[in-house]
Amino acid sequence: MTPAQASSPAAVHVRARGWGWRHGGRKAFAARGLDLDIRPGERVLLLGASGAGKSTVLSGLAGLLGTGDEGEQEGELLLDGAHPAEARGRAGLVLQDPETQVVLARVGDEVAFAAENLSVPREEIWRRVGRALDDVGLDLPLDHPTTALSGGQKQRLALASVLAMEPGLLLLDEPTANLDPEGILEVRDAVVRVLERTGATLVVVEHRVAVWADVVDRVVVLDAGGGVLADGPPGTVLAEGPTRDRLAAAGVWVPGWQPDVGGPLPAGGGEALLSASGLTVARTKRGPAAVEDLGIEVRAAGALSITGPNGAGKSTAALTLGALLRPRAGRLEASAALAGTADGNPFRWRSSELVQRIGTVFQEPEHQFLTATVGDELEFGPRRVSGAPDLRRVTDVAERLRLTHLLKANPFTLSGGEKRRLSVATMLATAPRILILDEPTFGQDAGTWAELVTLLRELIDDGVSVLSVTHDADFIAALGGATLHISGGAGRLVTR
Amino acid sequence: MASSTALNGTSPRTRQWRVVDIVVASVIAVAVGVLFFAWSAGYSGISLLTAGFPPLAGLYSGGWLIAAVLGGLIIRKPGAAIYCEVLAAAVEALLGSHFGMTVLLSGVIQGIGAELVFLLFLYRKWNLTVALLAGLGAGLALAISENILYNALWTFEFKLLYTVFAAISGIVIAGLLSWLAMRGLAKTGVLSSFAAGRTADV
Amino acid sequence: MSTDHLTPVLTGKTLLRANPVSKLFAAVVITLALMASIDWVSAAVVLACELVLMPLLGISAVGLARRIWPLLVAAAIGAYGTALLAEKTGRVLLDVGPLLFTEGSVAAGIAVGLRGLALALPGIFLLLTTDPTDLADALAQKLRLPHRFVLGALASLRLVGLLVEEWESLGLARHARGIGSDGSIVARTRNLLGQSFGLIVQAIRRATRLATAMEARGFGGGTRTWARESTLAPLDAAVAAVGLLIAGGAVTAAVLAGTWNFILS
Repeated sequence: MTPAQASSPAAVHVRARGWGWRHGGRKAFAARGLDLDIRPGERVLLLGASGAGKSTVLSGLAGLLGTGDEGEQEGELLLDGAHPAEARGRAGLVLQDPETQVVLARVGDEVAFAAENLSVPREEIWRRVGRALDDVGLDLPLDHPTTALSGGQKQRLALASVLAMEPGLLLLDEPTANLDPEGILEVRDAVVRVLERTGATLVVVEHRVAVWADVVDRVVVLDAGGGVLADGPPGTVLAEGPTRDRLAAAGVWVPGWQPDVGGPLPAGGGEALLSASGLTVARTKRGPAAVEDLGIEVRAAGALSITGPNGAGKSTAALTLGALLRPRAGRLEASAALAGTADGNPFRWRSSELVQRIGTVFQEPEHQFLTATVGDELEFGPRRVSGAPDLRRVTDVAERLRLTHLLKANPFTLSGGEKRRLSVATMLATAPRILILDEPTFGQDAGTWAELVTLLRELIDDGVSVLSVTHDADFIAALGGATLHISGGAGRLVTR
Repeated sequence: MASSTALNGTSPRTRQWRVVDIVVASVIAVAVGVLFFAWSAGYSGISLLTAGFPPLAGLYSGGWLIAAVLGGLIIRKPGAAIYCEVLAAAVEALLGSHFGMTVLLSGVIQGIGAELVFLLFLYRKWNLTVALLAGLGAGLALAISENILYNALWTFEFKLLYTVFAAISGIVIAGLLSWLAMRGLAKTGVLSSFAAGRTADV
Repeated sequence: MSTDHLTPVLTGKTLLRANPVSKLFAAVVITLALMASIDWVSAAVVLACELVLMPLLGISAVGLARRIWPLLVAAAIGAYGTALLAEKTGRVLLDVGPLLFTEGSVAAGIAVGLRGLALALPGIFLLLTTDPTDLADALAQKLRLPHRFVLGALASLRLVGLLVEEWESLGLARHARGIGSDGSIVARTRNLLGQSFGLIVQAIRRATRLATAMEARGFGGGTRTWARESTLAPLDAAVAAVGLLIAGGAVTAAVLAGTWNFILS
C-alpha cells in the first residue's frame, strides 16, 4: 500500500527482464523480449512503429494488464521490485482521449476520485486536490463543471487526478495526440512543472517527438519484432543516422524532419464549383450561430483550408458547405459545372446525387462505416448511384489507397491509418468534384500523413477541389491554395 | 445456425465483475436509453396508432428490453441483465419518462425476466435460442407487471392480447436484435475484453 | 433532442439541501401507496399534496409546464386507453362504431389518469432537486450499495451527452455516404438500426477506454474513502415524515371513502 501521508513520494525504479504480453484470443505477442532499467527520476520517451507494443508496455507498468483469460505474461516487469498490480497508486497513467477520461461532473471531485480509490483520508484528499490543480495550473473553482473544459484543460485535469495519487512514476500515452497546438503546449508545460516539483520518473509515448525531445533525458525505441532497437540520450538517438532513418521510416515524427511530398503545387484556379454568400451556419436548429455572413467560392483544382481556434465553428462551416447541415441564413449555390443535371441548390439533392458531387470525410472514420467488409464499403457509394455500377473505379481506388489486400476484412478491425485511408477511399469511389475533410491528419503518424498528402495533391492535380478543416500548418503548406481563418464568429479569407 | 455454434461457447472464467464489465454494462444501458429516446423521436406516429388501440403498445415494448438481453449476452455475468435494465430505466427517467419512479421497478422486473433465462442455462449458453428465450422472458415479465400495475382495469381479453404482443416484441426486438447486435459487435473487435468477443469465430 | 435534459438545472433551495436518500425514501413510499391501488381518491389526495408542495421546487409554473407536458399527455392517453378497454358498466356515455364509453369505464379512466400523473411527479421532484453525484454518494455511503457499481453507473451517465452528440454526428456522417432520410419505411428502419449499431460500437469503445482510465486511477479496489461525506440532518427526517404522511393519508382517505381497490385483489 502507498503510505498516504508521504508528501513527496520516492521516484520509482522500473525493471523489465524478458518481459512480454499476449492479449487473450490473439496469437502474436503485443510486446516481447523487453529488457529495460529506468532509474528513479529518469524521463524517458518511448518510441516505436505502430504495433511495436508501446501502449502495452505502459498498460503493464500501470498494472492494468489482467490475468487469466485476459492474456499471458512472460518474464518480469517490476516497479521498485514489486509487481505493478500490487503497487496500486505508485504509477499514474494519462491516456490519449480527453473525452473518456473524465469520470465525474465537477473539477474538484474529479481530482479527488483517484485519492479516494487509494483510501486516502478526507482532509488529506482535499489538500492533495488543491496542490494537484495548482501543479497543472488549473485555476478553477472546485465545483467548475468538467464538461465546460477545453481538450487541453481536460488533459491537465486528468494529469491532476493522477497526481492526487502522488505517484512515483508518471505514464503518458499520447497525451497530446488529440489536441490543437495550443493544448499541446499547455499539457507539455504542465508535465514539466509537475516533474520539477515531484521528481517522479516519467515514461511518455508520443508520435510527435519534437514536443517532448527537450523535456526527456532518454529515448528508448522499441523494435516491432520485440526488444529494444535503440536507447540513449535524445541527441544521440535522434541524431542523423540509421536509427533516425528507421524511426522516420516507421512513421515517427522525428524533429526537424518532414516527409517529402514534392514542391509547391501550381496555383489553383479552375472553374467555380460552389459559392456561398451571406452564409450563417449553426450546428443545431435552435442553438447559437457559429459563423455569420460567410462569403466564399470553392474552385476546382485547388485547396481551401479552414483554420481557427477550437470551437470557432470550423467543422460546422465545412459541414454546411458540404450540404449536410442547413444554413441558418444566406445562400449556397452549385455552379452548372458541379450541379450538372441536378438542382442548383445543393440542399435539394437526393443523397445519391450528393455523393457524386461532394464527398465529406469525417474526423472519426468509424462514423462512416456502413457494411461488414472493406469491399462492400467501397462499392456502397457506387451502388447507391446506379444499379449496375462501373466497379473498375472501385478497384482503382482500392489499389491507389493500398486496400486491395483488406477487401474481406471488417472495417472496424483495421488499424488507425487503414481506417483513415478507407474513409477517404469510400468517398473517392463515387468521384466527387469536391472533397471535404475534417481534421484529416489528427493523430496520424508520418507515414499515413505523407500518403494522405500525396493523394490529395494528386486529386487537386486531377481537378478536384479539396477543402480541409485543419490545425496542421505543414499540411496547409503542402496543399497550398487559400486559407479561411474562422474566429469570433467571422471568417477571413487569406490567399497566398 | 452454423455461425451461432461458434458464439455458443465459452463464458468468462470468473463470475466476479471486473471494472471493465461494470463500466461497459453501464454504458450499454446508457446507450440503449439514448437510442430509445432517439427512436421515439423517429416514430412519433406509433404513439398515435397505439392511442387508437392501446394493446398495440405491447408490440413496441421490446425496445425497452434490449438493455437486459444485450447486456446479458455481452457481459455474461450473473446480474448483468437486471443491472443493465435498471440503469437503462434510470436513464429513460432522466431523459424525461412518463412513469417516474416506477420505471425502476419495471426495470427490475423486466431484467429478472431475462436474467432467469440466462440462469436457467447456468450462464453457459449464449446462442440464438437463449437470446430469443431471454427476450421472451423479459417480454412476459413486462406484460404481467404492466397488466397488474397499469392496465389493471382492462378486461381480460385485452390484457391477454397485450401479453401476446409483448411476448412477440420481446422475442423479435429484444431477443433477435440483441443477438444480431452482439454478433456484429464481436466482428468489429470492440468486445475483445470480453468472452463474447474472444470466442466468436470471426 | 436537447442536452438540457442531461444536466438538469437544479432548483428548489430547501429540497436541494436534503439528502438524496431521504428524498428517495419519500418518493418511494408515495409511489408504493399509489401503486397498491387504482382508485381516484388516493390518486387525487397525492396529486393535491404534490401540487401544494410545488413551490418547494422553486420553478415557475410555465417552466414546470414546459418540463412536464409529456407527462400530462401520457396521463391523458392512459386515461383514454382504460376508458376504452375497461369493463363497460353503468350508463352508456358514447357509442360510435368501435368506441364505447360508459360511466364505469370513464370513471376507471379518470382514476388511471390521475394516478399516472401522481406517480410521475415524485420522480420530477427528485430529478429537479438532486445532483447525480450527491445521489451516488448517498447510495454508496448511506444505503451501502456496492460502490463499484454506483460509481460505474455515475461515470457512464456522464457519457449521455457525449452519446447524444455522437448520434447526431453519425446521422450526418452516414448522410455523407449516401444514406438519406429519403426512402421507404423499410429503408428508413434499416438505416435507423444501422445508425444504432454504430452508436453502440462507439459507446463500447468509449466505455472500454473509460474503464481503463478509472482503473489507472486505482478504481476497483475493495475499500475506498469519500471526499464528500453524505450526511443526514433534521431536514431529512422532515422530508421522510412528509412522504410517509402523504402516503398514509392517501391510503386512509381511500379506505374511508370506500374506493380502495388493491391491484392484486
